[in-house]
Amino acid sequence: MGLLSDPNRRRALINLLTRLNAPICVVCYMAGVAWFMGLAFEPFTLRTYMSENAMGSTMVEERFPAGERALATGREFSAHKKKTGGMPVDWLVKTMQSRGLEVFTQRFSRRLPFPDEDKERYMVKGTNVYGILRAPRASRTEALVLSAPCTPGDNNNQAVGLLLGLAQYFRNQVYWAKDIIFLVNEHDLIGMQAWLEGYHHTNTTGMDWSPLQGRGGSIQAALSLELSSDVVTSLDLVLEGLNGQLPNLDLANLFYAFCQKIGVLCTTQGKLQRNDWDSVSGYSHAVQTMMLMVMKQASGRSWGDHGLFLRYHIEAATIKGINSFRQYKTDATTTGRLLEGMYRKLNNLLERLHQSYFFYLMPSLSHFVSIGYYMPAFGLLAVILLLRALDLWVQIATPPPRTEDGVADAEQISSPGVLSVLTPLVISHLTGVALYTLPIHFQEVAVEHFPVSETEAVVLTAIAVYTAGLALPHNTHRLLTGRGTEQGWKVLKLVAVLYLAVLLGCTALINFSLGFILALTLVPVAAFITPHVPKALSAFILVILSPACTLLFSVFLFQDLQEMPVSFLDGWMLYLSVISQGILDHALYGSLVYPLVSLLVYPCWLLFWNILFWK
Amino acid sequence: MAAPLTLLVIVAVTIRAALYRSSLADVISERVEVVSPLTAWKRVVEGLALLDLGVSPYSGDVFHETPLIIYLFHFLVDYAEITFMLADVITAVCLYMAVKDYNKQVFRKQKYALEADRYPLDCLELIRSPKEMYYIPLKVAMFYLLNPFTILSCVAKSTCGLNNAVISLFILFTIKGNVLLSAIFLSLATYQSIYPLTLSAAALLYLMQRQYIPVNLQRWSFWWFVAQYSFMYLGSLFVIVCLSFFLLGSWDYLPSVYGFILSVPDLTPNIGLFWYFFAEMFEHFRLFFLCVFQINVFFYTVPLSIKLKDHPVFLIFMQLAVISIFKSYPTVGDISLYMAFLPVWSHLHRFLRNIFLVSCVLLACSALFPVLWHLWIYAGSANSNFYYAITLLFNVAQILLVSDYFYAFLRREHHLSYGLYLKRKDGSEATLVLK
Repeated sequence: MGLLSDPNRRRALINLLTRLNAPICVVCYMAGVAWFMGLAFEPFTLRTYMSENAMGSTMVEERFPAGERALATGREFSAHKKKTGGMPVDWLVKTMQSRGLEVFTQRFSRRLPFPDEDKERYMVKGTNVYGILRAPRASRTEALVLSAPCTPGDNNNQAVGLLLGLAQYFRNQVYWAKDIIFLVNEHDLIGMQAWLEGYHHTNTTGMDWSPLQGRGGSIQAALSLELSSDVVTSLDLVLEGLNGQLPNLDLANLFYAFCQKIGVLCTTQGKLQRNDWDSVSGYSHAVQTMMLMVMKQASGRSWGDHGLFLRYHIEAATIKGINSFRQYKTDATTTGRLLEGMYRKLNNLLERLHQSYFFYLMPSLSHFVSIGYYMPAFGLLAVILLLRALDLWVQIATPPPRTEDGVADAEQISSPGVLSVLTPLVISHLTGVALYTLPIHFQEVAVEHFPVSETEAVVLTAIAVYTAGLALPHNTHRLLTGRGTEQGWKVLKLVAVLYLAVLLGCTALINFSLGFILALTLVPVAAFITPHVPKALSAFILVILSPACTLLFSVFLFQDLQEMPVSFLDGWMLYLSVISQGILDHALYGSLVYPLVSLLVYPCWLLFWNILFWK
Repeated sequence: MAAPLTLLVIVAVTIRAALYRSSLADVISERVEVVSPLTAWKRVVEGLALLDLGVSPYSGDVFHETPLIIYLFHFLVDYAEITFMLADVITAVCLYMAVKDYNKQVFRKQKYALEADRYPLDCLELIRSPKEMYYIPLKVAMFYLLNPFTILSCVAKSTCGLNNAVISLFILFTIKGNVLLSAIFLSLATYQSIYPLTLSAAALLYLMQRQYIPVNLQRWSFWWFVAQYSFMYLGSLFVIVCLSFFLLGSWDYLPSVYGFILSVPDLTPNIGLFWYFFAEMFEHFRLFFLCVFQINVFFYTVPLSIKLKDHPVFLIFMQLAVISIFKSYPTVGDISLYMAFLPVWSHLHRFLRNIFLVSCVLLACSALFPVLWHLWIYAGSANSNFYYAITLLFNVAQILLVSDYFYAFLRREHHLSYGLYLKRKDGSEATLVLK
């Protein structure tokens, strides 16, 4: 407590911090970025290990034999799917019943706020079919879920086939201590949302669904299966769920352990892991993998059907089969054995998966970075904001040097009114509210008056409101409060900087990736903006580093990382569709990224815009 | 000055009424930061239902408010929202009047001291002018009514607002010098939540100062006044307790209210320090640590009363803060009561040292509470340690805030008697260090 109570040492420290403020900020920023890039370097990461005792030491033997038959079932399913032109509900019910499951269906319907052009749907009506295998060994209080989405076209038939094959095989085993629910959901996430809401008796998004007729116990873990070819070269594990939530790391460990045991190639983010971490290409490979995970997590959307389970405390992941030109192939029997092994281990669980990490990044499937290692990278960026705030505080608190005639004093000493700070705050937040509400409410008006489709109308309105916000606030504030004082902008900046620090801190706790990406772009802006820097150049930098442009760059970067670079025009189209998907995700599943950006981050950024044009 | 106060009250009531109508009210009334097991409106409703069924409201370990509260709401349950808004308004108006009166006295005292030339010459800039003191009462009312913590507490219908109203009435009558009403409201406040008992020291000091009774343990007049006040206090407490007994027809409420406050059986997380410790603790240490934790609230009364015996109103502020930090089921409503007093000490700002740090921490913690709660309870990815870390930080910040004000107050008093620019013996500039 010496620092807090000894005035001399305090003064020395504060002097040091204010005098060296700019260099310290630059060093912190570089250190933050360097720390983040260092996370992918293998010696700095930890090897994954199984923390859960119930899944660790027990040996299981995988005997699933019927891969070929499963594929035949898949083909049959595909034929029926084509015949009915959608989900073959009757066939599925019959097939599941013949495999000895208790089968139930759930109907749901949902009208989207505006048409989804990516998936071409507006009025969604569908049916989920699920069969419950009752646990013979225990009192049906817990359950596991295996799901496979029924997608239009020729996709994913093998997954449904394998699911039915596994159901038949599991039915004949006696060791199940948890109910196993086999779910085929239609319309991917919308169906999954309906089923989960029905299962847990909640309704958070106002969807229509018929209540479930049968239930198992409380769901402990779930896997979602996506297979679109008879043989696969590798299996990809998808972890990122809604709002950047991740399942317990033990689930990833389990998958990795079985892939090693059975000898299946496994990837994460579609990237195989490499052993040459000490070479440049090996390191950049790890960086790419980690960056892909960061971008996916930051987007806050669910990257597989598993993403919605996480909201209900259910550890879930999607396993995706990838078929590339590689020689090494894995057949359906092996995939089935892998799943059997995973379910048998999950069956042994005594409590929910909780031993391992929930906050992690994975530079490869066998290595991870835990929260204690990655948070300092964010902390170093956030410290800049606190340092700037301290600097401003000292500037505001110390009286300005007296001028000779003492005329300037009178103006400077009069403290800036509450109004001069409150007005920009209120106006920028109202702009944020407009950005949040207008696009969906005004789509009809926009479609009437402009030659655009509904989806385009929504996205373009959002962009228009966003751009209009740049012109609005500083003008009105000038009208209301007259000439701003030197002290005025400092107070406003102090408020804005602290606001941004708290906002980014909270975001980073919930979704580290989003918080970090926003900090990476917004912190420099927050640090250097004053009314005295060159206007045109700073305005340009400010716009470049605004949240919307960050999203645009992220789209291009994401495509590059996936090794699918796009031209500028395609990128722009992708950008528009990403915005519409973000709004849809919010409306359909309750993803928080769109409201966060429009209601909080954008207004906060507007405050800095306001400071730049302080007159 | 009545017009701005009226305007303020109207604004405050409008905000509350609007929030009552919005969907936020349900969310807020579930927040653990805003309601505790003692003050939750849900529990009051449950108690009322039991009472209507002819069952003792204290059966079943749900309801822990006092009998008077439940009988109050027995008649007012349909007007609950108005009652809570009224309680806030009463608190604000009482504080307004109390502070106005107090400022008058401070100013008078300062005038006498100036006339008697008791202040060193270089202390003139420490003298408070009537111009800067003019708006303080209004600011106090504003700090209470527009404080987000108060608004949250009121919208959640936490009975904490009623306790605050009783305490502020006590403060008002103490400062007005009305011994009987001061004792009655103190006993009501004690009856509500035990802890305001520690305010009796401050009240005694203030009333004696007002009646020119020297605080001297050897003087007969001192003891006579203490006896008078205690008689009134204990007498009214006795009447209230017996009234509760006759209303309910049983002594059920004593263990259920006071036992519940003192033995802390409900470990629902809140912004206090108790829940985590007692959830982690081995059962056989429980009694010991219970005593240690509870003594914390009462113990500081002694040193603070000795140190601040000439400044009882500041002592009241300190005591309120200590209570709201160390009590067993604190909520944000308790914090808002002592925060309302901050404008009264605005003249101490030049001596505050950590105000920037502390306000940043308080702000950040207030935002982090719901975030970490979400991560722990809904997302399941964080755990109780995260939430408790923030609780701890929040309380450390509060303690720093209070001790900072304490230090600043003492330092100003020191300067007022020894001069502002202190010199060492060798003539160099000296600094005051708190050790």
